[in-house]
Amino acid sequence: MTMDKNFGMKRREFLGWAAAAGALALPGCASMGGGASKGKVVVVGGGFGGATAAKYIRMWSAGTIEVTLVDPASELVSCPLSNLVLGGSTQISALTTSMSTLASRHGVKHIREAAIAIDTDKRVVRLASGTDLPYDRLVLSPGIDLNYAQVPGMEGQAAQDAVLHAWKAGPQTVALRRQLEAMPDGGTYALTIPVAPYRCPPGPYERACQVAWYFKRSKPRSKVLILDANPDVTSKAGLFKKAWNEEYKGIVEYRPNHAVSSIDAATRTVRFDVQDTVRADVLNVLPPQSAGAIARQAGVITANNRWCEVDFLTFESIRAKNVHILGDAIQIAPAMPKSASMANNHAKVAAAAIVAILSGQAPNPTPVCVNTCYSFITDKEVVHVASVHQYDKDKKTLIAVQGAGGLSPSMNALEGDFAWSWAKNVWADAMA
Amino acid sequence: MRTILLVAGAFLLATHASAQAPDPNLARNLAATCAICHGTNGVSQGVVASLAGNTKAETQVRMQEFKSGKRTGTIMPQIAKGFTDEQIDLIAGFFAQQSRQGK
Repeated sequence: MTMDKNFGMKRREFLGWAAAAGALALPGCASMGGGASKGKVVVVGGGFGGATAAKYIRMWSAGTIEVTLVDPASELVSCPLSNLVLGGSTQISALTTSMSTLASRHGVKHIREAAIAIDTDKRVVRLASGTDLPYDRLVLSPGIDLNYAQVPGMEGQAAQDAVLHAWKAGPQTVALRRQLEAMPDGGTYALTIPVAPYRCPPGPYERACQVAWYFKRSKPRSKVLILDANPDVTSKAGLFKKAWNEEYKGIVEYRPNHAVSSIDAATRTVRFDVQDTVRADVLNVLPPQSAGAIARQAGVITANNRWCEVDFLTFESIRAKNVHILGDAIQIAPAMPKSASMANNHAKVAAAAIVAILSGQAPNPTPVCVNTCYSFITDKEVVHVASVHQYDKDKKTLIAVQGAGGLSPSMNALEGDFAWSWAKNVWADAMA
Repeated sequence: MRTILLVAGAFLLATHASAQAPDPNLARNLAATCAICHGTNGVSQGVVASLAGNTKAETQVRMQEFKSGKRTGTIMPQIAKGFTDEQIDLIAGFFAQQSRQGK
């Protein structure tokens, strides 16, 4: 998730390099001469997918597989719960976890650089410094790219600096909070949502709730305007609408079928094909998304020019052998959200498969993924959505179990405590 | 005495695994789906309960009660319904073998 800005190498230049490197590499045997090692795994991207995979491959192989994590970051800033920073009830520091335990406890080698190119034929990852890392198996967990080229008016850096996304937690989250704090009472915060699929289906609606929670207490004459390209709320619709009609009545307005046609960042104006133009005091644009840029460079984006299709038994790319792709970057199975819980579960299916394959065993034929997702309506009260996805060998995909899963009946504070507990566990499961 | 019990236990486990589960890692893989709320190997970092070190019967009975609707809850009645009885059996067995302190 931190790597997508750093891919700048031209494809032609990389291919030339890869050809040269290939002459030196030993195809199919990156771990040759490595003593007891069963193989080398390189993990690109240290978010909820990549970090969890790195840890579990080390843990489940009892240290017999070498794992190198490539990510410039030294800490994970959690997207889950980051809308609470916008509401003002928590600080970004409370959502930040050091990645150092991956090395100290689990023996993951963490290289704090960006991967700038991957040659899936030669099985090498090239780092920003020019170093090449050979792999037996690659875990690619690149997160998302924000496709500003598809939002007229948002192509330039000045526009992107003025109109924030805050869809990757960190400095943008803090900067958007400052914009909200600086906004005078009586102003309008407008949030645009792209057509699904995008990262975290309920996230935009939770964000609207958190900004409304802040306005209700500190700027009660202000408005939250949701401009959704989708025909309806894409997740937990009844629960969010109830909150907007009750808890935040008179503050939140929801407008479906509002696909952005252009943005004027200087005046914070949003235009649509036929609907009324909107001018906001704080404008927050979520652009359309796709798998992170390194996935595009590696040639593993296979669906709609946006997402990476995988074999759900192993999360191996359908395009490139030995490349396992996790998290928000994949073309989802039916009813599978792009969420941290899912990335965590993808990581374990892939980790189990990689450990099995490198040990000469068949991968588990019956993987299961569980999704648990909490959204904060107020600072303490949440609603959940849950689902269990079992592998269907006939359909060759993960299928949500009928009759299982579901929603909270209403927002409640008990699950607010569970949501924080979930976060602490999902951070620790990736890092500690 | 303790050593003898451990050895006997390991023998029983091995026998059980070879008789019932062709993939010795299936229980581990299934239990790993619980970690998002119950922590790595069932050792929770938050207010949600740890599962590590519970007896197999404790976890199994609780899961079956959630699944049948006998026990109420927030999210677990919904999640328990997503697992087969055999999967619940394996998950419960895995957590019974884990240390409460983690490794």
